[in-house]
Amino acid sequence: MIAELGLAALWLAAALAGLQLLAGAVGMREGGAALAALVRPAAIVQALLCAIAFGALLLVFARTDLSVALVAKNSHSAKPFIFKLAGAWGNHEGSMLLWVSVMALAGGLIAFLERRLPERTMIATLAAQAFVGLGFYAFLLISSNPFERLPEPAAEGMGLNPLLQDLGLAFHPPTLYFGYVGLSVAFSFAVGALLTRQVTPEFAKVMRPWILGAWIFLTLGITAGSYWAYYELGWGGWWFWDPVENASLMPWLAATALLHSASVLASRDALRAWTIMLGVVAFSMSMIGTFLVRSGILTSVHAFAVDPERGTFILVLLALYIGGALLLFALRASTIAEGERFSVLSREGALVVNNVALSAILGIVLLGTLYPLLTEAFGVRVSVGPPYFNPVGAIFFLPMLVVLAVGPLLRWRRDSFQRITAPVVAIAVVALAVLAGVYFFAGIGLLPLLGMTLAAAVAVASVLPLRGRSLRRLPLPVWGMVIAHFGVAVALFGMAADSAFTRERLVAARVGDTAEVGPWAITLAAVDPVAGPNWTALEARLLASYDGGAVTELAPQARSFWTPPMETSESALRTRWNGQLYTVVGGEAEGGRWQLRLWWKPFVTWIWYGGVLIALGGFLALIGRLSGDLRRRSAQAQIALRRGTALA
Amino acid sequence: MTWFRWVLLALVAGLFGLFAYMLSQPKEEFVESAMIGEAIPAFDLPPIVPDRPGLSSADLADGQPKLLNVFASWCVPCAAEAPNLARLEASGANIVAVAIRDRPEDVAQFLEAYGNPFSRIGRDDISAVQLSLGSSGVPETFVIDGRGVIRYQHIGDIRDSDVSVLLAELREAGA
Repeated sequence: MIAELGLAALWLAAALAGLQLLAGAVGMREGGAALAALVRPAAIVQALLCAIAFGALLLVFARTDLSVALVAKNSHSAKPFIFKLAGAWGNHEGSMLLWVSVMALAGGLIAFLERRLPERTMIATLAAQAFVGLGFYAFLLISSNPFERLPEPAAEGMGLNPLLQDLGLAFHPPTLYFGYVGLSVAFSFAVGALLTRQVTPEFAKVMRPWILGAWIFLTLGITAGSYWAYYELGWGGWWFWDPVENASLMPWLAATALLHSASVLASRDALRAWTIMLGVVAFSMSMIGTFLVRSGILTSVHAFAVDPERGTFILVLLALYIGGALLLFALRASTIAEGERFSVLSREGALVVNNVALSAILGIVLLGTLYPLLTEAFGVRVSVGPPYFNPVGAIFFLPMLVVLAVGPLLRWRRDSFQRITAPVVAIAVVALAVLAGVYFFAGIGLLPLLGMTLAAAVAVASVLPLRGRSLRRLPLPVWGMVIAHFGVAVALFGMAADSAFTRERLVAARVGDTAEVGPWAITLAAVDPVAGPNWTALEARLLASYDGGAVTELAPQARSFWTPPMETSESALRTRWNGQLYTVVGGEAEGGRWQLRLWWKPFVTWIWYGGVLIALGGFLALIGRLSGDLRRRSAQAQIALRRGTALA
Repeated sequence: MTWFRWVLLALVAGLFGLFAYMLSQPKEEFVESAMIGEAIPAFDLPPIVPDRPGLSSADLADGQPKLLNVFASWCVPCAAEAPNLARLEASGANIVAVAIRDRPEDVAQFLEAYGNPFSRIGRDDISAVQLSLGSSGVPETFVIDGRGVIRYQHIGDIRDSDVSVLLAELREAGA
């Protein structure tokens, strides 16, 4: 019953999306006011129906209703409750339902709250949102119905894989989904504005919270994913330029560029066409990422259940959305009036450079990700890795950081070198001092050296906008910018320090032997067999001491699973403020020795602290923008009220 | 700037075309050897167990077609295919082997446990010969004709249904 209710709600929601699209399309013409009035209510009811459908899915998973095919396949009555719930979206069908639900919710929110834009633009935006939504409804209802019943209820579910019972794994994909959905809203706004040719600062202000929200989720998702790969894969690396990682990085790069150009549009009414195009590109990148990951046309270390039929479906959606939007853009962009002018040396100028650099990096990552696919079409297999991405990306990334340091010091519209000489000299002095210091004392490679230098420069520069201002009265969005930019410096320092100063030892140790890696002395105290629910493992007991200090114990494992047979390394980490000790135990070597891989990774954790700081900066900016909007709205309401009483 | 937009649009259209083409292609899970139909590269591997001689490329060009099995003691599917290798040997196939990245005592133990259908076993510590054959994993089984030319490659463990296929290929290579 619950499943049927959910399915019915989903069909109704799809029908309302159809109504929303039609009413919007007709309502935008002359004399369509009656139909246009239907668009907002349709979006709101659609959101409620999707909430009911998703609630129904959660309920059948919570009750482990084994007559529902999806539950029987992905759940088990003996699963912990939280994983039963998380199982609802931990599969293709459920995750798609989560996607459309969040998207419908976003559409409903806009329809209910947003009154700042001209009504025609809003109607066009909501119609675009319905158009995007309809594709996903079709996908769900035609090829991946989450509520399908089994002819006979299953006796027990098949989803009791303890490997998949991981909180990180349960919440990582939804985080990225929220990001993608936020970008779909920005996309709809861009299409709406293109249709009505109303690209105004007001439009950028309305779009900005959605970009910010999406960007925060993407930042957190990428940061968490990187840390997961770091500790789980046991290779000690934190970014592998794997297609799945790139699929999440590309929307982030586009969203970062979009965020900054929307700021220019909101404050200065410039970069109109560019902002629209980035709005289209950002969502396109999330769709292309989803396509690459789910269709299985690229090979990746992240094994997804792939299905060419689903791939075809997403490709058709991709062609409709992106092809349609880009065609619209190509036809319309010249009719959008040029925005305000500005000189090269200005805040806008710096943001344009930042935008171009981010877009270039995006192009580099996209090319590197797709290149193997391109050559495979001609029968040649290649793999593209760090030797391409790192240096080629750095060509644009490093100059972009210089602009990031200087840009926030510049004034809008026009500025002069004389005015910013003092802070720029200060930044340059810090950078050169660090450059010289690191160069002479450490003697490290070029990229880490430049990374360290720029990290120092950006760290100093990021707090300079605070000087001469009252910290208590500083608007939250400025705090957000300062913290996010500082986070970039922190993360960059972590990356440079990790690649420059990591010490690695591969030793074959007998029990009782001591090995040294960096400042650590590590003794192999014992190797014991241990058993888990579906694995057995050899667990090494390591006694580690930092610089002759107190001894701590680490217990890395070499695990053997038997269904399916698979060997994994469970690394053991010890975190200090200045770095991490990373230990892995391998197999038995000759003569009763054990293979140990030991890394001392100075400041590696700063990479993820930086990522969290960047997201925190975005969060502060979002709070600041939203509370500003709310204040303005209540002020307007009061004015309206006063006028009302005056009239009476 | 108008041309730029159309170029962008054309690029995106090309990209979609590529995606569509690649989706329609069958997914190759296995990397096929480019050496099929070629003469085997020259090599000379020492023995890894005392009771079987090593393997050289000359041994594979002695006029008699053979099966060449690439295996390792640490490889689970290699143990799984052992009964079918035994059946192939019982059907008269001459099977030689390359043991990759392995230790003598482990190989001896493996052969003890799962049987030894091999007339020769070469020791390939760094996978040099494996790679020169165009093999990307274990287990793989090649059919080599009497003149040392690679005729056929079987990727993965030998299932029950593969036995007759390999015997037929072997017969054809001898003809």
